[in-house]
Amino acid sequence: MVVIRWIRRNLVVIAGLLTLAYMILPNIVVMVFSFNNPKGRFNYAWQEFSLDAWKDPCGVADLCGSLSLSLQIAAWATVGATALGTMIAFALVRYRFRARGAINSLIFLPMAMPEVVMAASLLTLFLNMGAELGFWTVLIAHIMFCLSFVVTAVKARVMSMDPRLEEAARDLYAGPVQTFLRVTLPIAAPGIAAGALLAFALSFDDFIITNFNAGSTVTFPMFVWGSAQRGTPVQINVIGTAMFVIAVLVVLGGQLIASRRKNNAQPQ
Amino acid sequence: MTQKTEGGDVRLSGISKTYGSFTAVHPLDLTIPQGSFFALLGASGCGKTTTLRMIAGLEDPSTGTVFLGDKDVTDLQPYKRPVNTVFQSYALFPHLNVCENIAFGLRRRGIKSFKKQVDDMLDLVQLGAFAGRKPHQLSGGQQQRVAVARALINHPQVLLLDEPLGALDLKLRRQMQLELKRIQTEVGITFVHVTHDQEEAMTMADQVAVMNGGRVEQLGAPADLYENPKTTFVANFLGTSNLIEAEVVETAGEDTVVTCGGSKLRVPGERCASQPRSGGKLLVGVRPEKVSVAHADDAGSVAIGRNKITGRIVASSFIGVSTQYIVDSPACSDFEVYVQNIERDARLVPGAEVVLHWNPAHTFGLDADQDIDAGVETVEESA
Repeated sequence: MVVIRWIRRNLVVIAGLLTLAYMILPNIVVMVFSFNNPKGRFNYAWQEFSLDAWKDPCGVADLCGSLSLSLQIAAWATVGATALGTMIAFALVRYRFRARGAINSLIFLPMAMPEVVMAASLLTLFLNMGAELGFWTVLIAHIMFCLSFVVTAVKARVMSMDPRLEEAARDLYAGPVQTFLRVTLPIAAPGIAAGALLAFALSFDDFIITNFNAGSTVTFPMFVWGSAQRGTPVQINVIGTAMFVIAVLVVLGGQLIASRRKNNAQPQ
Repeated sequence: MTQKTEGGDVRLSGISKTYGSFTAVHPLDLTIPQGSFFALLGASGCGKTTTLRMIAGLEDPSTGTVFLGDKDVTDLQPYKRPVNTVFQSYALFPHLNVCENIAFGLRRRGIKSFKKQVDDMLDLVQLGAFAGRKPHQLSGGQQQRVAVARALINHPQVLLLDEPLGALDLKLRRQMQLELKRIQTEVGITFVHVTHDQEEAMTMADQVAVMNGGRVEQLGAPADLYENPKTTFVANFLGTSNLIEAEVVETAGEDTVVTCGGSKLRVPGERCASQPRSGGKLLVGVRPEKVSVAHADDAGSVAIGRNKITGRIVASSFIGVSTQYIVDSPACSDFEVYVQNIERDARLVPGAEVVLHWNPAHTFGLDADQDIDAGVETVEESA
């Protein structure tokens, strides 16, 4: 009876912890196996602790090249998609024009389309246009599918913005440019940042669309996929862990700054 | 702080605003004297805010001209007009603290030494201790004062206030009314105040323009508007009026004599908004606090020469300083009377037959060709 009562009382906590474990366990496996010293080519069974892979993350041929390429593509795709997506979001929220409703729905099309179909169709398009597959075709494709996510994130923010704030700025001697830079942009910034982070993450680990349209170029996800056929180097886990740690540090740092400047925080 | 701004009156000449087929503001002429506290009063949707926004430059008039002093500012962008606005929602910049909000206008005009002025402003609105706070950490009243300070620091020729007290609770509103009045007296800038609260307009403003359906119904000092309404809308919207439809019997003397429900009433000729004609109709009005109530048994003691009507008390409510009676009379089915609670007559209870009497000088006459219930507030405004 006591046990049942205890379970009943702590059910929410137990469920929460189990869900958390469900989400985190795969990440822990990645981390743990980055310290493995596998026998043979496959890093599937735990052998012994080793720092070899951490000491030489670029020790596998082509790995760091593909990583650097992926980071470049992700960075440019983020810049492109964020700039275009922010403009689209403002246009959709602030202006009334013909076909606004239709465009609002069309924005979701790339999200709804099965990625494999999209990837194959893009290849068809590029081939028909006579485009040379490589960095540029991948970048164009990435900006395309990141756009919808940026628009969605920024739109939510812009919609909750009081248009009177911009009127107040204009009333207080700020011209159009000043109003945008001093009022509109800072207030929309959290939405734009969220869209940009989403775009970076989506672009960095996209495999399907990239694989169809990369030609002979090899990005990091393609490298992992390719090497998985022949054996998985521990370095892959090292890169994965490093990315994870960096992301966590960025989030923690952000929270630290936010709590420092608690006054700065806007009600989200 | 006390420097007088040059510039002169705000003049609106034939300005109107139409949205498609809807006319928000009919062509209107209005002069707002420099240094005055001017109220635009009306129910929501009467065009008062649109008028204000046209002065601010946030709305382009469809026709007409806006003058600041002698200068035509109609085509000037809002950021080039020496006019500042306190918005209804305050519109404080959420990403800036109190200090930065207040300094915004000065910094946009490239004024580097704003620190001293911001401090002075903070003192004026008594928010010195809150300079580093963000708007969302302030109470409604404090936010309102930041909004006022942010506008006033620019020494505008005109300060526009769009329902600035609408979001505050009653007690705070009273307090801020006095505060705003104090600030206006101190800085001497022209204030144009938009409100739907007739009491607020009357307490604060030197001049009130009552607006209805995109037009100015009547313009004048609060006491003048209250005592001499020219339309039923003004009579009902500003306070309460008892309006009785009466037939004109005689217009010969100084007073016009009318009858209604068997009673003869006298209206001073100069207090008739329209020229009454014998045999015509006239709306006779009297404010509820001007009327005295006598029990029917004491009817003989009512002085001769007073306007008298008889009736029966339908309802009474005790308000503390006064008692309000609703009296059903042949002339008017729901005649309202406010009686000061000096000596209460125990016989004045619902059902009692009474005589209502008042000084004829307190009677006003209105044109009978209008809606007798115009401007009666049925539901309390939600704003």
